[in-house]
Amino acid sequence: MGKIREIDVSELIPLIRNACREMAMEYGCDIRDAIRQARETENERARSILDLLLQNAEIATSEQIPICQDTGMIIAFASVGQDVHFTGGSFQQALQEGVRQGYHDFALRASVVADPLYDRINTKDNTPAVIHTEITEGDKVQISLMAKGFGSENKSAVAMLTPADGEKGVIRFVLDTVKKAGPNACPPFIIGVGIGGTFEACALLSKKALLRPLQEKNSDVRYAALEDRLLQEVNALGIGPQGLHGVTTALKVQIEQMPTHIAGMPCAVNICCHVCRHAKVVI
Amino acid sequence: MKKLTLPLSMEERRGLRAGEGVLLSGTVYTARDAAHKRLHEMILNGEELPFDLHEACIYYVGPTPATQGRPIGSAGPTTSSRMDPYTPELIHHGLRYMIGKGRRSEEVKEAIRQYDAIYFVTVGGAGALLSHCVKKRRMVAFEDLLAEAVTELYVEDFPCYVGIDRYGNDIYDEE
Repeated sequence: MGKIREIDVSELIPLIRNACREMAMEYGCDIRDAIRQARETENERARSILDLLLQNAEIATSEQIPICQDTGMIIAFASVGQDVHFTGGSFQQALQEGVRQGYHDFALRASVVADPLYDRINTKDNTPAVIHTEITEGDKVQISLMAKGFGSENKSAVAMLTPADGEKGVIRFVLDTVKKAGPNACPPFIIGVGIGGTFEACALLSKKALLRPLQEKNSDVRYAALEDRLLQEVNALGIGPQGLHGVTTALKVQIEQMPTHIAGMPCAVNICCHVCRHAKVVI
Repeated sequence: MKKLTLPLSMEERRGLRAGEGVLLSGTVYTARDAAHKRLHEMILNGEELPFDLHEACIYYVGPTPATQGRPIGSAGPTTSSRMDPYTPELIHHGLRYMIGKGRRSEEVKEAIRQYDAIYFVTVGGAGALLSHCVKKRRMVAFEDLLAEAVTELYVEDFPCYVGIDRYGNDIYDEE
């Protein structure tokens, strides 16, 4: 057993706060590169839209105006080493405080309502963030954050495919989901796909898949080939940037897989618009 | 791109075709989900609306808060289809122009045809750039809704495409 490491939860607050700013104002280099590459093969209108997105990203960074007005709902994937002991208060509350300060101090949009069905009253500080925590070995705390916009979140889906559906079934489901997302979810997309696990686990995988840098492929060559094939087929749909036709409906398809039950093959598709914002905090 | 000033003349409206790029200038009102729900309820209850819908333009946007003397923060379009259940009634009460992103329902399309209205689309995820086109902003109603409040914007050379023209042609269906 390792030595217990004490971490004061207040250390988290400024790190989370800064990550909120960074995600809202800085377009990922990998996305920028993918868009630059995509514009080379596009028609005139699609190219002008991609150029506008690149221009927007520059303005956002230089003038510190959020890339998109939907600065998202925060999702935090926290890996906490089992040799860590938090002191100075609640880990969960510190995380929420970091989000609160980030959204307030950098004038990001408060987009969270307290009750989903009846009152729908804005909490005014973009909390609560959705927090997923897992216990790992060691004495480090690593938090992957996403600021997920809902134009694309609304178009995500889960299917309980069967073993017989196979690769074809996965392809059909991904294409159907992308077709339904169409122009509404702000293409070009980054598409996270989770295969395996259970109903909820594949959904989490599909979201975690969005955290991977775009230049990285799935480490299993079969899944890496499926990522390429799906990208090709998605782009053959012709939806294009902003749905105004073209060959760039998605910049990348990213798959994550895990073991599942003999009777099933759960599959989730988490659509993300081109503003795919994530950041990592390590203590 | 063709430069146009709102409200458009009937001749200008009839001349526009889906897919055409335009730069819009003039007054637009911001309203999205929660504001539409309230406006719709006010209409059903026969109450006076907080702004004149006659020949009006609504921009589906919930901007980020303004900073450092700017009139507005990031201000790109939100998905228009969520407003579809309320839109035909608003068009019936005078609304003629909408700016947003994405597809509209058949009911909205029918109302657009019936009243010579125009649906414009602009680029989602380009809110920093679009904020440069907003020159003035004034609070109009529902301040408690924060980003969803109704505000009056004066925009200059706001880049859009004609999404649905008054003949019902749809930019998303073109070949």
